[in-house]
Amino acid sequence: MEKKSFLLSYYEKDKGGGIFLAVLMAVAIIVPIFNLLVPDSSPFHVSTYTVTLLGKYLSFALLAISLDLVWGYCGILSLGHAAFFALGGYAMGMYLMRQVGDRGVYGNPDLPDFMVFLNWTELPWYWQGFDQFWFAVIMVMLVPGVLAYIFGWLAFRSRVTGVYLSIITQALTYALMLAFFRNEMGFGGNNGLTDFKDILGYSLQEDSTRIALFLVTAVALALGYIISRMIVNSRAGRVVVAVRDAESRARFLGYRVESYKLWIFTYSAVLAGIAGALYVPQVGIINPGEFSPLNSIELVVWVAMGGRGVLYGAVIGAILVNYSKTYFTGAFPEAWLFALGALFVIVTVFLPKGIVGLLNTIKSRKKQPAEETPP
Amino acid sequence: MNAYSLCHRMQKIFRVYLLLVISCLTVMSLSATVVSANSVDKLDFEGLIGEFSKASFKGKSDIVPLIAASGDSRTIPILELILEGQLFYQKSSLTVVSREKQSDGYMIVNVLTGQEIGVVQKGTLKKIKVNNALRKKLRSAIASLSLFNSSAAIRLAAVQEVIKNPTSEVADLLLDMSTKEQDEKVLKAVNLALALLELDSNDREKRIAALAVLSESLDAQITTRITVLASKDASGGYVEQDKDVRLAAEKALKNIESNIKYYEFIETLFFGLSLGSVLLLAAIGLAITFGVMGVINMAHGELIMIGAYTTYVVQLLMPDHLEYSLFVAIPAAFIVAGLVGILIERGVIQFLYGRPLETLLATFGISLILQQLVRTIFSPLNRSVETPEWMSGALEINSYFSLTFNRLYIIIFSLIVFVMLLLLLKKTVFGLQMRAVTQNRKMARAMGVRSTWVDALTFGLGSGIAGIAGVALSQLTNVGPNMGQAYIIDSFMVVVFGGVGNLWGTLVAAFSLGIANKFMEPWAGAVLAKILVLIFIILFIQKRPRGLFPQKGRNAEN
Repeated sequence: MEKKSFLLSYYEKDKGGGIFLAVLMAVAIIVPIFNLLVPDSSPFHVSTYTVTLLGKYLSFALLAISLDLVWGYCGILSLGHAAFFALGGYAMGMYLMRQVGDRGVYGNPDLPDFMVFLNWTELPWYWQGFDQFWFAVIMVMLVPGVLAYIFGWLAFRSRVTGVYLSIITQALTYALMLAFFRNEMGFGGNNGLTDFKDILGYSLQEDSTRIALFLVTAVALALGYIISRMIVNSRAGRVVVAVRDAESRARFLGYRVESYKLWIFTYSAVLAGIAGALYVPQVGIINPGEFSPLNSIELVVWVAMGGRGVLYGAVIGAILVNYSKTYFTGAFPEAWLFALGALFVIVTVFLPKGIVGLLNTIKSRKKQPAEETPP
Repeated sequence: MNAYSLCHRMQKIFRVYLLLVISCLTVMSLSATVVSANSVDKLDFEGLIGEFSKASFKGKSDIVPLIAASGDSRTIPILELILEGQLFYQKSSLTVVSREKQSDGYMIVNVLTGQEIGVVQKGTLKKIKVNNALRKKLRSAIASLSLFNSSAAIRLAAVQEVIKNPTSEVADLLLDMSTKEQDEKVLKAVNLALALLELDSNDREKRIAALAVLSESLDAQITTRITVLASKDASGGYVEQDKDVRLAAEKALKNIESNIKYYEFIETLFFGLSLGSVLLLAAIGLAITFGVMGVINMAHGELIMIGAYTTYVVQLLMPDHLEYSLFVAIPAAFIVAGLVGILIERGVIQFLYGRPLETLLATFGISLILQQLVRTIFSPLNRSVETPEWMSGALEINSYFSLTFNRLYIIIFSLIVFVMLLLLLKKTVFGLQMRAVTQNRKMARAMGVRSTWVDALTFGLGSGIAGIAGVALSQLTNVGPNMGQAYIIDSFMVVVFGGVGNLWGTLVAAFSLGIANKFMEPWAGAVLAKILVLIFIILFIQKRPRGLFPQKGRNAEN
């Protein structure tokens, strides 16, 4: 009873978020049913391809939430957030690679194919332990988290802000991209990690595994949303917003601005890492292209499009932009970059608050005349 | 018999005697096996060549110096033909000819008159054969003839030929040259050749002195020659018995090594400057749009791309005047890219002043549109831009160090652009207005400056300079739709590292990053060097968040 009232009060406070969670739950229930129980011939059948695609969108949505936390709530425009996503993805990819075992082309039980190809004789130290799932899961969170912590500690302590911060985050992801392109790094160079076989013993080709991955992603997104929501609604969250709006004033009031920034940045990076780890088994590949600065900027557009400073807005933006990307690149491959480019311009010039902002303006316009003319 | 007749007779006898002595000397100087020394000696050039074609190897080798001494202008080409084994004589007429293969036989040309005789079959010609001893002789004859050519370049080539095959015969010629030669380069080569010859002499002092001279040369052949002197043979003993000479050789080798290192250092420095000038060109437009106006122009790389494509189009329009195309392309690229820039400013950016992070997104969108536009118009493949004749080639200082012209010109060009921009900002009315608007917009407006107009022109200026950078880059890299992206991050790094709003900072940053990059490349590899530079900048920004040369005063606080 008490729980229900908590949920209800929660719903009252965050209507948009409630709707989002409800829709997410509905999708998570309906999609597997339509995939598994409805026969192939039926028009209501959802193909496994679509399930995987939806799973991909959901992991992007989680990534968008992580960026919205730092950009929308804390005012740190990170142009390197895809780096944390890719690092999480690589950590998961390493686990999946170790699971391949001796089923690779060269049949080496310890070394992944690309290492055999490079004539390496033993596993590098940083690949140790990735045959254990729990270890990989820890690394998925730890690696992006530690990198973000160190980077943020350096940057925030010396009060690098605004444009400068954006540019050095971009330099960070660019440097990582160049590094991962090198074969000597031991992450498969150009080709990255691919040809995965199974996860926790379940084949990645099976429909059931794919649906399970989709469900896990949906749950992760819901949890990620709720936790992030709790954080931004907490006292600390309000300080974070204060930092965004008036950093110096917050500092003069005695808040340790740097630590607030640092912790929200680190949490956000961990979230991005988890999103990457969910993304990789679904698409079946991770390569250095994920670090490209373009990806990070595209991510910024998802959030701007949906409406920054609103968590479910980021989700809407991520899903909408990615859906139109899938559609456009299939239907009019030439037009996609035109459309994306125009979207950037239109959103920034005409929709500074994104779709959610637009919806709110429409709503308040409808309300206002109603208030003016009492019944 | 009178005194007169006696005298007359004595004179006659004397003359005969003289003739005898001369002919004896000639016979002594020529070999006795020659068909007839006297007859050969008196022959003219045509006769010598005719005689040569018939003579034995031994006879030929005696005739070569005579041909060489004839002073005839046809000498060198004919000697070269002989050397290459391309001189023949017709069996029927004994005419000496050169031949050229044609579909129906050989076209033969009389080498003496230059007349075309006609097409003949292979069997009617006989090759004038040469052996190795003769080839050596021919080579040194050609070399010594060329040594006195009026063209310094030919003399230099001849001396270098001697350095490759030092023969003692030319030693006197070289000595003679070393006193008269005016051209510094040739003189240097002559001294080297002489030193190389002296290395074989018996005089220890001379050999050591020769080694000292040779140690200044970077010629690979000379280095091998000295290495032999300092090395051990198969049985473990030294090749060179004389200890002092050996030590001198070792010293010379060390000197050569340090010279090579020095030139390699200079070359790396040059590559660094060249990379720095590319960075400067790419970044300097951004220093205006980002540094002065505060607009984060992510479409900057695409404006460079537009400049490069303008070069391509200009070359398409004037295919017959490729040499001058770049001079047309530079203003054309400035105007095209500048207009696109003004369009961007009026269309989008003017709504976003004061929101730097949002200009970043909007201009990024524009960059995507421009990229796709180029892909649609010109195809996604790279286009090739021709390099004019005067930009290709290299200024070769020595075998370890040469300056390629295109890089040299781009260094100069980047500096010219920099100075022009600096003058524009500091010395013109437009520059004054521009600085006024960026420093205090309201005050500038109150003084009657049309700030919106200045904004548009400033952005146009930055964009136009990006276009000019594109012209220069089209000479170095591929021109394709993605070329802009390759430069955008580097450009931002340079501007931020140098200090936003400071052109001198941009200059220093561009060259220091370029040089640092090139010096790290040998031991770190190109990619790792780049990563290290990026990490360095990230760390540097922590230490000095406003770059190398931060802006001071009220303007800096924002």
